[in-house]
Amino acid sequence: MAQTIHKYDAVVVGAGGAGMRCSLQLAKAGLRVAVLSKVFPTRSHTVAAQGGIGASLGNMDEDNWHYHFYDTVKGSDWLGDQDAIEFMCREAPKVVYELEHMGMPFDRNPDGTIYQRPFGGHSAKYGEKPVPRACAAADRTGHAMLHTLYQNNVRNKTQFFVEWMALDLIRDSEGDVVGVTALEMETGEVAIFHAKCVLLATGGAGRIFAASTNAFINTGDGLGMAARAGIPLEDMEFWQFHPTGVHNAGVLLTEGCRGEGAILRNKNGERFMERYAPKLKDLAPRDFVSRCMDQEIKEGRGCGPNGDYIALDLTHLGGETIMKRLPSVHEIGKNFANVDVIKEPIPVVPTIHYQMGGVPTNIHGQVVVPKNGNPNTIINGLYAIGEASCVSVHGANRLGTNSLLDLLVFGRAAGNHLVETALGSKAHKPLPANAADYSLSRIAVLDNSTSGEYPQDVANDLRKTMQLHAGVFRTQASMDEGVKKVVAIDERAKHLSLKDKSKIFNTARVEALEVANLMEAAKATMVSAAARKESRGAHTVDDYGDTVEHPLGRNDQEWMKHTLWYTEGNRLDYKPVNLKPLTVESIPPVKRTF
Amino acid sequence: MSDKRIFEIYRYDPDKDAKPRMQTFEIELDGSERMLLDALMKLKKQDDSISFRRSCREGVCGSDAMNINGKNGLACLTNMLTLPQKVTLRPLPGLPVVRDLIVDMSQFFKQYHSIKPYIVNETPPPEKERLQSQEDREELNGLYECILCACCSTSCPSFWWNPDKFVGPAGLLAAYRFIADSRDQVKEERLENLEDPYRLFRCHTIMNCVDVCPKGLNPTKAIGKIKEMLVKRA
Repeated sequence: MAQTIHKYDAVVVGAGGAGMRCSLQLAKAGLRVAVLSKVFPTRSHTVAAQGGIGASLGNMDEDNWHYHFYDTVKGSDWLGDQDAIEFMCREAPKVVYELEHMGMPFDRNPDGTIYQRPFGGHSAKYGEKPVPRACAAADRTGHAMLHTLYQNNVRNKTQFFVEWMALDLIRDSEGDVVGVTALEMETGEVAIFHAKCVLLATGGAGRIFAASTNAFINTGDGLGMAARAGIPLEDMEFWQFHPTGVHNAGVLLTEGCRGEGAILRNKNGERFMERYAPKLKDLAPRDFVSRCMDQEIKEGRGCGPNGDYIALDLTHLGGETIMKRLPSVHEIGKNFANVDVIKEPIPVVPTIHYQMGGVPTNIHGQVVVPKNGNPNTIINGLYAIGEASCVSVHGANRLGTNSLLDLLVFGRAAGNHLVETALGSKAHKPLPANAADYSLSRIAVLDNSTSGEYPQDVANDLRKTMQLHAGVFRTQASMDEGVKKVVAIDERAKHLSLKDKSKIFNTARVEALEVANLMEAAKATMVSAAARKESRGAHTVDDYGDTVEHPLGRNDQEWMKHTLWYTEGNRLDYKPVNLKPLTVESIPPVKRTF
Repeated sequence: MSDKRIFEIYRYDPDKDAKPRMQTFEIELDGSERMLLDALMKLKKQDDSISFRRSCREGVCGSDAMNINGKNGLACLTNMLTLPQKVTLRPLPGLPVVRDLIVDMSQFFKQYHSIKPYIVNETPPPEKERLQSQEDREELNGLYECILCACCSTSCPSFWWNPDKFVGPAGLLAAYRFIADSRDQVKEERLENLEDPYRLFRCHTIMNCVDVCPKGLNPTKAIGKIKEMLVKRA
């Protein structure tokens, strides 16, 4: 059966913050752009971001992009590319002002400027003291931002394909990307989107872990698509544990709590972060705070009957501040922990939150891979932006508020790059014959399945394995074992079975297709992690501790490099970190203390 | 802790069912299913054909709105302890059913789009932010937080009767969100757009919308303010 072919200049896969910031730029320039999304745009996971957007507006205290640049490089534990970091931090004020002009309901200061709050790892004067840099709309910044972007896309008549799940990239004989296949969930039909350019803006794969702050839709679909198309994934061993996920629920409590003055306490009521980070205290970067919390729990100072959580104390902030600045936190406490945060501390544990790695790109969002000795050869027709991408601004550890900023800066930059390179006047490259065959065969396997495992059983085993073998504290032996287990689960994932064979809005089929993407993200994570023989940022391995030669276990001589994982044979490659910023002096690596 | 529940779920798959039916399930909860969504996902393990939308599981994305024992709500914010032993789930009322608990929300979004849900300000923006006083910003509280779950509009009899003509509580809440924004310059046009026996004035302050909003918002109050402005204008 011939597939329907939709023809567009650009197809954006994913309607979160990055996808919609990009599509807005393209639609405004008059390009024909389609946005595919598994969910209605305002249901994308950007909606759940709470705390703020990092930008050195200096509305509350002296600040400039140089400080932001320094904090981000240091936060990344020197794995971030300094050209990309400079670009992001310089662009930050502009993208925030633009968002305000689009109608974003930021909180305000008495002088009418945008309200900013302190956030982890953000400092003035190169680490001297915390600085308020997070531009916030209460604790609903992501919601306000995503709705604002959707509204402006409506205004500019962006064409949305809602509840369409992208399946596979279409590459021609030269390796150029010329389109994408997608499943219309309501009808079960597969169509081809023929495009001059495909942009992956599919977010992260946080659902490869059992305890995650992420939405169910965060299954790394773009990563799976890229991996299956032979494109490597970069730095997938680096996963951020957010210090304050609600114990036993996984739901996030924003770092904005601590930005507004909340304190982490152990079972003795001690503000233990003072011991670990004398300057930034509770506002040290997330990898650092998460490890300190784990340390407290390990040494028997955790709270509760099982001593397995830390208390986040907001009680001294007062009801008025909490209801004004952190109303959702109050709501979440009630709904998911039976705790009134105005009156009592809330139990929290470090919880998987963000994927620092992704599809490798340059600062225009173009996907780059090693070829003929050049580690950054452009793949024509393919871009990646947002959490799905690795540009790399977050390196081994992302600073809070830099994710929303990343979406805005690189979503916009990718859009601008396409406009500047005159995408509109280029011709479509022809589609290869049988462009949808691969996707159709993947679906046929599921539809014809008579025996096999239920997809969620396989996915749940994968999640448990990842949680156990790629958690906050890693050991070499455990990671090596994890690799074997994940490879075994990968075999099981090839034999999934659906009972539901309906064409109409078959969510079981969608979930089974998601498992294929989760598998790619999980293999990339586990294999890359086991191979990295050092501790850096969020990748902390017991075997590689603090020594004179390798402060905090970081081994710059051998491991200051980006990992590249290929699905074929679980092969690894590496490429250098770019330590050279665009215009300023490089920040040389030192031991990270706060 | 053993907790046996009866779930009665509206089932309809146009691929194989001539007409909708109610199907009864028994499910044993073990206490780890805090919210209705957790229980539903457990049920989906028993029967993978049960179809519903879900995403954030924390009440901000608005995907899993459904009719729960006769009242619209979000499955992810409905604590199982608040529900009786028998739980009846139906799709949101008044919209065409795609399958099971999944409704076609086109009409709902069409109404949302009809109010021009974006700031219009033709003055070239300054280099920095447009200034807004704290008081002006506070006007937007209780308006901008809407998650477009459609619990309100699909609990409104006026919307059931005239989904093509009445904007509905969610759309009108959004309309007032932009009217109330000090940065918007087309208030008159916005009011004009609503001055109509159906678009705005089909609201008879039944207040089902307020009753069901999972975010605690008050569309009726916003509608009242628009009506007041129209009266003053006349």
